Amino acid sequence: MTTTSTSAATPGFLRRWWPWILIVAVAVILPFVLPPFRLNLLGRFLALGIVALGVDLIWGFTGLLSLGQGIFFALGGYAIGMHLSLNSLEPGQLPEFFGLYGVKELPAFWQPFTSPVLTFFAIWVIPALVAGFLGYLVFRNRIKGVYFSILTQAALLVFFNFFNGQQKLINGTNGLKTDTARIFGELVGSDAMQRTLFWFTVLLVIGAWFLCRWLTTGRFGDALVAIRDDEPRLRFTGYNPTAYKTLVFTVAGALAGISGALYTVQSGIVSPQYMAVPFSIEMVIWVAVGGRGTLLGAVLGAVLINYAKSLISEQLPETWLFIQGALFLLVVTALPDGVVGWLRQGGPRRIQEMLGWPPRAATYPELDLDPAVLAEKREIEARRSGSTTVQGDQP
Amino acid sequence: MTDALLELRGVSVSFDGFWALNDLNLALAPGELRAVIGPNGAGKTTFLDVITGKVRPTKGDVFFRGRSLVGTAEHQIARLGIGRKFQTPRVYQNLSPRRNLELAVSRRASPFDLLFSRLDSTSRDRVQHLLGVVGLEPHANRLAGGLSHGQKQWLEIAMLVAQNPELLLVDEPVAGLTDEETERTAQLLRQLSGEHTVLVIEHDMEFIRDLQAPVTVLHEGHVLCEGSMDAVQADPRVIEVYLGRETD
Amino acid sequence: MTALYDTLFNGLAIGSVLMLAALGLAVVFGLMGVINMAHGELMMLGAYTTFVVQNLLKNGPLAGLFPIYILIAIPVAFLVSGLAGLLLEKTVIRRLYGRPLETLLATWGVSLILQQFVRSVSTAFFLGLIVAVALGLLAPRFTPASWWEQRWTPLLAVGRWIVAGGIGIALASALGSVRALGLPWFSARNIDVTAPQWLRGSIDVAGVTMPTGRLFIIALTAIALLAVNWFLQKSVWGIRIRAVTQNRPMSSCLGIPTETVDALTFLVGSGLAGVAGVAVTLLGSVGPNLGGNYIVDCFMVVVLGGVGKLLGTVVAALGIGVLSYIIGSGSLLLLWPSMPAGLNETITFFATTSMAKVLVFVLIVLFLQFRPAGLFPQKGRMVEA
Repeated sequence: MTTTSTSAATPGFLRRWWPWILIVAVAVILPFVLPPFRLNLLGRFLALGIVALGVDLIWGFTGLLSLGQGIFFALGGYAIGMHLSLNSLEPGQLPEFFGLYGVKELPAFWQPFTSPVLTFFAIWVIPALVAGFLGYLVFRNRIKGVYFSILTQAALLVFFNFFNGQQKLINGTNGLKTDTARIFGELVGSDAMQRTLFWFTVLLVIGAWFLCRWLTTGRFGDALVAIRDDEPRLRFTGYNPTAYKTLVFTVAGALAGISGALYTVQSGIVSPQYMAVPFSIEMVIWVAVGGRGTLLGAVLGAVLINYAKSLISEQLPETWLFIQGALFLLVVTALPDGVVGWLRQGGPRRIQEMLGWPPRAATYPELDLDPAVLAEKREIEARRSGSTTVQGDQP
Repeated sequence: MTDALLELRGVSVSFDGFWALNDLNLALAPGELRAVIGPNGAGKTTFLDVITGKVRPTKGDVFFRGRSLVGTAEHQIARLGIGRKFQTPRVYQNLSPRRNLELAVSRRASPFDLLFSRLDSTSRDRVQHLLGVVGLEPHANRLAGGLSHGQKQWLEIAMLVAQNPELLLVDEPVAGLTDEETERTAQLLRQLSGEHTVLVIEHDMEFIRDLQAPVTVLHEGHVLCEGSMDAVQADPRVIEVYLGRETD
Repeated sequence: MTALYDTLFNGLAIGSVLMLAALGLAVVFGLMGVINMAHGELMMLGAYTTFVVQNLLKNGPLAGLFPIYILIAIPVAFLVSGLAGLLLEKTVIRRLYGRPLETLLATWGVSLILQQFVRSVSTAFFLGLIVAVALGLLAPRFTPASWWEQRWTPLLAVGRWIVAGGIGIALASALGSVRALGLPWFSARNIDVTAPQWLRGSIDVAGVTMPTGRLFIIALTAIALLAVNWFLQKSVWGIRIRAVTQNRPMSSCLGIPTETVDALTFLVGSGLAGVAGVAVTLLGSVGPNLGGNYIVDCFMVVVLGGVGKLLGTVVAALGIGVLSYIIGSGSLLLLWPSMPAGLNETITFFATTSMAKVLVFVLIVLFLQFRPAGLFPQKGRMVEA
């Protein structure tokens, strides 16, 4: 996946950083090109990319299929939602809905959310703590595989019912509206604010991407893959998988919280619907379609599928569930590594071969014999082992 | 207290009424190389499961360096210095052999160590050395899932050595290997004993003979007899359990 | 005392619906280890079948059977859901044995499709679907045989479904412009099944009012349970199923047709979901989302009971039922009016159906901390953990 413009004459800096330069350029320009409605949608979907990165971390790399990421997503959303409900009030005033249920005094757990600083931490620390606690309980008992999935789904239902049923505490089914609140004197729903939020989201997606990359590339990432491949084996090597799984589940929880907060301020509301069972499974399908085990795939999947969803729901709302259902089936049976995985494993070339079109570059089908690959491999091996003469694979 | 490195005292394991191990007593001296044989269902794998903490003994106790292992978690037992190779080769399929070994060689296996510190150069050298020993250097950076059965066996043995345990428990190391590979494995295990204590479970009698080690015969969950290979083979009880009763 | 009986009866009623719904899942998940997220939708198919049977018998030549339509609906629903399950097994699940997480996702996809199917299905839609499937299946017949031996055959195999689907959609929308054909059969609205006269009354025993509808469900559950138990323990195929569960390769070597066994297990499990669907229609109106309301509860029943044990499913379902009723109705307050204020407040806090669910699920998760394998764990040596 390189472009033809990167010739040998391009300075190393450009060659190395062009994707980032492109991303930054697009991110800066888009808000001035897209109509506010579309920009807002894109911002929301990018926010969902962050929760997808978390799902990829725990499912794609570690093999833990959580169907309850909505819990952490909604907790982050509620944290910012509560803050915004309080933030534009006169002293002594209560958010409007409390009046409807005859609540006269602000419940104690709302108090900390008057502070922007505490809220800033609450957005990711609370989901992280809840995730860590739940994860520890489950992983300690070596509950894994589908049992883990079922239990996370049950936990999701617990939270959903709780938030849904508590009108007096958090406005129940109706949720909390945020777009009429103000941050720094600016209306959250205003175009200017939404543009800022868009940039902020882009920054955080990039940050989350780097975080996940750091977690998955080094030895820690190896340990995660080892847990996915053969957890008992890792245990007999002296590792405690519980610690790894709890940690990585906590990180995914924090990412979900951040994602939920960003999504909330851009969609203007947080409600128990964020904890609905289907939404959390949808998160998995974004990652699956994009390509599990690839970070790029998680973000791309989240953005593309949600974009498709909004387009199709506008035009042919009846067909969306069919398409979504078909996507689940397709990705499981035909595209196990998602779109990005398919591209990386030479999917397009296989199609070319099927059609009998000559492949563009005259490479041998065996990747190991590709001179460029060989050269790179030698370079890597030399770097890793410190020796200079390492033989590549010869036929 | 005894000076044995590993001692099993009266260990019995019951699975729903079936006694997989029945009053098993066994002691290993430091540096010893010991082979364990026994017909199918003699409890060989359960025996390893008990030592490594996967199965808790119903009765009896296991001591490692005088310390009881019962109730200790598997990873803690591994950190105490007991390494295990499984019957079917179990390597991390989606990591390269090098990465497999790097995971095995890390003594400090806490998540934060793995995140914040690099593998030190001695460990890296060890990994490189082990790759050479087991002949996986040319394949060091491709995924282990693509290796042949024999290569996986060797990779797992290399992982076990990389762990640098005091006690190596090796379950059927030569299943599916060629004669030459079998010979090299025996050689490798002999080299390891002395510095390490090695316990090998195997069906292949030629291989056991190659090991030149004392043999323990398990039958129906307890020790039938112990001795040199020749002595054991001549023992009428062993012949009986392997070949069946002569007078039936 | 009356309050106690009342609690027990209502708990039993809730529990028996749960048990009936979870029974099929216990068979499929417990014996085959297959996670079928579309189980709830198979229940929904059963409920809609009941609706159809009712409407078919209401007028016309068979109107004499109308009073017992619900009894007729039971075997029909068993067949409809069972066959749908069988189709699911043959087309999707079969490819995914040994990959439980993938099965979970794929069956979730199927559940979405089934939900939208009952919302959208109209005569036009149905005809379009039939044509598309027929075209896709028959494509190799109508095209030159040499096309199917080419390098690009895999593309053609995918392409024929795209073309067939396109033709089907075009046909459906063309037919849909005719009002009579385009009218949805059920639409997205809920449907109501009117219980027959004899299920609408109630019986008073020892001061406890027992609605006959509830009694019917309890009886149905008991019969289904006994039937499943007999099937698994005594019938030839039941014994084969259990043999395959315990040791698949060995069963295969002994000449047990394992593929048929899988298909049959799935058919029975799915059929039971259909029967549960019939029962659910007696509790109120049902809609396309019916499945979602039951699926998580069903899984909790199976997990709490211990996978692979029918007794566990029974105890877990009844336990959850009774507990949910006690908490949700706040009936402890009635039994013990003079309880301390703090406790009183706590009980009131959880005394709604949804909050009762919160507490029950939390209790289940806490319980699993101490007994991770459920109430009745399967003993014996684990092959690999």
